[in-house]
Amino acid sequence: MTQLRKGTRLRHGVGGQAGEPGAVAAVEQSLARLTQVEPQLSAFNTVMAERALDRARALDASAPIGPLHGVPVALKDNLCTAGVPTTASSKILSGFVPPYTATAVERLEAAGAIVIGKTNLDEFGMGSSTENSALGATRNPWDLTRTPGGSSGGSAAAVAARVVPIALGSDTGGSIRQPAGLCGIVGLKPTYGRVSRYGLLAFASSLDHIGPLTTTVADAAVAFSVIGGFDPRDSTSSSEPMPDLHAALTGDVNGLRIGVPRAFLGEGVDASVLEAFASALNVFAARGARIVDIDLPHAGHGIPIYYLICTAEASSNLARYDGVRYGHRTRLQKDDTLQHMYERTRDEGFGAEVKRRIMLGTYVLSAGYYDAYYLKAQQVRTLVRRDYDRAFETVDVVATPTTPTPAFKLGEKTSDPVQMYLNDIFTVSANLTGLPSISIPCGFASPALPLGLQLTGRLFDEATLLRAADAFQRDTTFHTNAPSLAEATEGKPLDA
Amino acid sequence: MSLLSRQDVQRIAELARLELTSEELDLFTRQLGDILTYVEQIRALDTTGVEPTSQVLNRPVDRDDAPGATLTRAQLLGNAPDAAPEAGLFKVPRVIG
Repeated sequence: MTQLRKGTRLRHGVGGQAGEPGAVAAVEQSLARLTQVEPQLSAFNTVMAERALDRARALDASAPIGPLHGVPVALKDNLCTAGVPTTASSKILSGFVPPYTATAVERLEAAGAIVIGKTNLDEFGMGSSTENSALGATRNPWDLTRTPGGSSGGSAAAVAARVVPIALGSDTGGSIRQPAGLCGIVGLKPTYGRVSRYGLLAFASSLDHIGPLTTTVADAAVAFSVIGGFDPRDSTSSSEPMPDLHAALTGDVNGLRIGVPRAFLGEGVDASVLEAFASALNVFAARGARIVDIDLPHAGHGIPIYYLICTAEASSNLARYDGVRYGHRTRLQKDDTLQHMYERTRDEGFGAEVKRRIMLGTYVLSAGYYDAYYLKAQQVRTLVRRDYDRAFETVDVVATPTTPTPAFKLGEKTSDPVQMYLNDIFTVSANLTGLPSISIPCGFASPALPLGLQLTGRLFDEATLLRAADAFQRDTTFHTNAPSLAEATEGKPLDA
Repeated sequence: MSLLSRQDVQRIAELARLELTSEELDLFTRQLGDILTYVEQIRALDTTGVEPTSQVLNRPVDRDDAPGATLTRAQLLGNAPDAAPEAGLFKVPRVIG
């Protein structure tokens, strides 16, 4: 692990080349950057400056405790942190202070990382733009009039703006990869069960994953190595041994077979996206990889299946928010019954998209509709899995764009849920199948809006996936481009 | 024709324990109708004999029923909007009249 770290750029933006800064210096620089860009971005729900500096002082006084010693990190605000408010960007969790910490966060801290804050998200992870937040929208650092994507938009914006080199996100239908793609950074969704979800506020349990957002694949590999592996506190956690990622990142993709589902890349995909995608394939081909056409006949049904399954699971998972044990409770009126309290608490506490999904999920699970919608979706989910099983008989990874378009304008899609859902067309399959999947920067639309390349691998084969993604970064510089936000707006008031 | 009536939406809201406003009922009737129209496409697919996927692990997720350390009662009551810590209870409106 310590060896792996040497080749990485974990301290980009927070450290010089000659001699590593101490933890205090790293945290101070991270917090200074945060103070500088936060007024424009609104990426953070909570900043933990004092706690971070205390911890940094303790780390500076100790021998290195792990591969992330003194590295500032940010956490999506649906990961529980003992003693620090955790909101899921929902009013229904106002006042909630978890008495325990998520396993992934514990592992980051045990490796020496220092949490500097909690980042904004679409409420409970339900959205693709970070606009569905009770705390207000986050903006894209590349263009403040556009969304950073979502739901891990705060984490993506924080990494893209070089506030932190690593942030954790969660991904239920693309919520790590899609904002990573739209913010020009790396986002990894590991195999289902790889990273413990103990302490993640549940949205859709058969689809939820935790993973890192970083600027380089090498950094994502380190973060994944730290947070991955079996955890007895999560019953869906896998005991499959973690890969040796240090050995995996060789740059060698000679003979690697990359599958491209051509029929899936048609309608509704922006020309700039297709162009960047084609160029990205050429980068692999130049390194000796073979580009192979594949067929994923059911992948186009991913969105409807996803929305039937995730809403069903959400309606069940979010039943716990009832105003009794934590979070918001409605002001009681005379003669209120328990049922009145539940209904008013939930109406006041949840935002529109969350209510919409709870309603849809309740409907598809209700008597008379279960077979037609929910069971049917689960059957088609099997067909999607079979498509990928067949594809992986002839290829090693599958490549698509991460998103059909570059980052869209704030407010552009908020009134039409179906249009918003279509952002996830390329990402949902990896949640339905549990396959590991990564987005890496692969180009720019005009004007300078980043575009992502998505690679998806075999179950538990993050090693091949990360090897391919890292090889791409050895031949390209897209990931070294940072938004000009700070330079352009430093010391000046925000326009608009 | 919309797949959902306003009455259907009202009934779903009751099942989901959501007291929706009149505006929300109108909005959701339209939007849920749009979403259901969109997802109709999968109903045409032939799935005869196809096993449903409820989770992708292909293994049971049960654990042994072994007692272990848990959060304390005080920790659990600490976040309650209304609690009686001395009695170790959450407080709610009267349930039995």
